[in-house]
Amino acid sequence: MATETTSEAVGSCVGADGSAIGLPQLCFDWFPNQIFWLLVTLAAIYFLLSRIALPRIGAVLAERQGTITNDIAAAEELKAQADEAEKAYDKALADARAEAQRIAAETRAEIQVELDKAIAAADAQIAEKTGESEAAIAEIRASALESVTEVARDTAQAIVSALGGTADDAAVSAAVEKQTKG
Amino acid sequence: MATETTAQGDSGGLSFHPMDQFIVKPLFGDGPVHWYTITNVTLWMALSVLVIAALLVFGTRSRAIVPNRSQSIAELAYGFIYKMVEDVAGKDGVKYFPYIMTLFMFIVVANFLGLLPTAFTTTSHIAVTAILAFAVFITVTVIGFAKNGKAFLNLFWVASAPLALRPILAVIEVISYFVRPVSHSIRLAGNLMAGHAVIKVFAGFAAIAAIAPFSIIAVTAIYGLEVLVAFIQAYVFTILTCVYLKDALHPSH
Repeated sequence: MATETTSEAVGSCVGADGSAIGLPQLCFDWFPNQIFWLLVTLAAIYFLLSRIALPRIGAVLAERQGTITNDIAAAEELKAQADEAEKAYDKALADARAEAQRIAAETRAEIQVELDKAIAAADAQIAEKTGESEAAIAEIRASALESVTEVARDTAQAIVSALGGTADDAAVSAAVEKQTKG
Repeated sequence: MATETTAQGDSGGLSFHPMDQFIVKPLFGDGPVHWYTITNVTLWMALSVLVIAALLVFGTRSRAIVPNRSQSIAELAYGFIYKMVEDVAGKDGVKYFPYIMTLFMFIVVANFLGLLPTAFTTTSHIAVTAILAFAVFITVTVIGFAKNGKAFLNLFWVASAPLALRPILAVIEVISYFVRPVSHSIRLAGNLMAGHAVIKVFAGFAAIAAIAPFSIIAVTAIYGLEVLVAFIQAYVFTILTCVYLKDALHPSH
């Protein structure tokens, strides 16, 4: 890089053609310059880092750590809330089911009672109707028997007359009575 | 990296100047380099300060809970070094985190800036890395004695070894302790200087047409390696600093 430097004033470490004589690293003429500027540089970097950069980055990292910790805590809390809500939901569901079953059973029992009542009423009605019908049938049967006796008497009288006899009403009646009863 | 300096000589042969890229020169004029002279060192160190400011200060200006790209990189660098200090040096090493972060950010940014073509690599100079390493060495030694008093010397007295071996181990420990800043600084400067010089040498071969394609491939490959080295050396320098800090805070083996 230093080929353009042709001045002899540069020192004993650079030749007349601008190239280095020996190791430039061991040229003691340059040491004070390098050391001085190194100390200035290190002081500047140390100032930048310790006053501005490192506290800032440290604060950002701490803040991020805090945010992450908070977020995790918040997430755990929300998870706990969600678990609680699920538990409450399950409980409500179970309660509702139990309630529904209870209402169903109650309703069933009510319906059963009404049904029993209705059946009883119907049975009573049926029994009444049956009694009435039996009475009617007995009446009809009785009247039918009477009619049979009458028809038999008339028929017997007619047969007796036809056979040229004189029908004795009382005898015919007795005979018919005897036959029909027997 | 200054690949443009691989000019051919007057005779038409190859001329290599792989070290010219490391020359310190005044930015304005041709005068001598005094300690206060504004040189290419000043320029590239100032650029590293600007890059660090852009990344860590400007990049994090929104202070967003959900970071954007530049803020993510800044946070990544922060977390990387913070975790390194905490893991290696322990909880009580965390208060030295700004210093270690300063070292790491300077070295890593200077290394990567040095990879730009025609750039001047400040961390390839032993003067720079030696100051960094001796600063770490002296700071750590002072912290060690200030925190532990005489107990800091237990670092050299290996209590778990057999008694007969302890004096010998103590000598070895003392030597290794004082070699630390040397190896610490030369490792960083040497790695960067070697890589950059090798790139220049390969680039110099590009003057021969027949070799030029291989030269270009080699330069590309070495450049890839240097990108790795740029980060790894910054990482190694930083983690060794943490290790030395750990020794100072907890000197017992």
